Amino acid sequence: MSLFDRFFGKKNSADNAKERLQLVLIHDRTDLTPAELDSLKDDLIAAISRHVEIDAQSMRIGVEHDGRSQRLVADIPLKAARRRAKRSK
Amino acid sequence: MPAQVITITSGKGGVGKTTAVANLAVGLALEGAKVVCIDGDIGLRNLDVILGLENRIVYDIVDVIEGRCRLKQAMIRDKKLPELYLIPAAQTRDKNAVSPSDMNRLIKDLRNDYDFVLIDSPAGIERGFKNAIAAADRVLVVTNPEISAVRDADRVIGILEAEDKGPGALIINRLNPTLVKNHNMLSADDVLDLLAVELIGIVPEDENVIISSNRGAPVAFDSKSRAGQAFRNIAKRLRGEKVPFLDLDHTGGLWQQLQRLTGRK
Repeated sequence: MSLFDRFFGKKNSADNAKERLQLVLIHDRTDLTPAELDSLKDDLIAAISRHVEIDAQSMRIGVEHDGRSQRLVADIPLKAARRRAKRSK
Repeated sequence: MPAQVITITSGKGGVGKTTAVANLAVGLALEGAKVVCIDGDIGLRNLDVILGLENRIVYDIVDVIEGRCRLKQAMIRDKKLPELYLIPAAQTRDKNAVSPSDMNRLIKDLRNDYDFVLIDSPAGIERGFKNAIAAADRVLVVTNPEISAVRDADRVIGILEAEDKGPGALIINRLNPTLVKNHNMLSADDVLDLLAVELIGIVPEDENVIISSNRGAPVAFDSKSRAGQAFRNIAKRLRGEKVPFLDLDHTGGLWQQLQRLTGRK
């Protein structure tokens, strides 16, 4: 990697390969495309919203790997809970 | 003790499966083990030329399966190692000439007389691969530290798990320490992190591999070659010995190179 690339923050090619592989392997192992993941996210929002109010904008969902097994991880901030906590003070 | 049956596979072609089989066979035979290697790549045989035995072929694996010869007649003894044999693939047939149950039957006949049976799998994940893993006690997956080879290795490892053949053990072949040092090649740690399987060996890129295959004498015979050393070490690990991994970080500064030249490192 040249000093020029380093200065402008261009990543070295090994890191590039690793990051790309991480994404490709998740897809290969789970057979879940990014589009399918998006539609799963929409379904989750709809289902959870029937019970509690959530901050759909900052909700995150993704597949993480732990050794050779995959897990679906969702981070869903609850809106209503926070407001209710304020009101009760 | 019955033979250990080990299949060497990779998914992607051209990563060094046949070279690995030839060198592990030589490494095991050098240690005194009785070894039979089987070329499972029907129609595209190559293990014969890598071992330098191409002129001695009379019968092949399909002749055995179809009853045209006895098993012993298709086994070619190595020129230098009297306890090393090759069963060549058929060149004019295709992979459908053999079934997984044919392989099981053939290997059953070998189990009691040898210490190791090594099977060279064809590339891909179809019939030839299924034949090659049918009788395996253990599977070694060969990969290169390259994006396409690692991806295909992951697919193969997934299939091995699904077929109850265990996750397999990994050989990282053709690692270039200089490129790794410059962060322009995936390191062994990167590959292990991605694939999450057991490592059984790292083989550095070494021009002696090509020179030896030109001559039909696998690099494991070459006591000075680093790739040869790496393959001999894997052979020892297959026999259950604990052998530390080679220190491949030898491309360091001038000082380290001088130390190496003067034999201090």
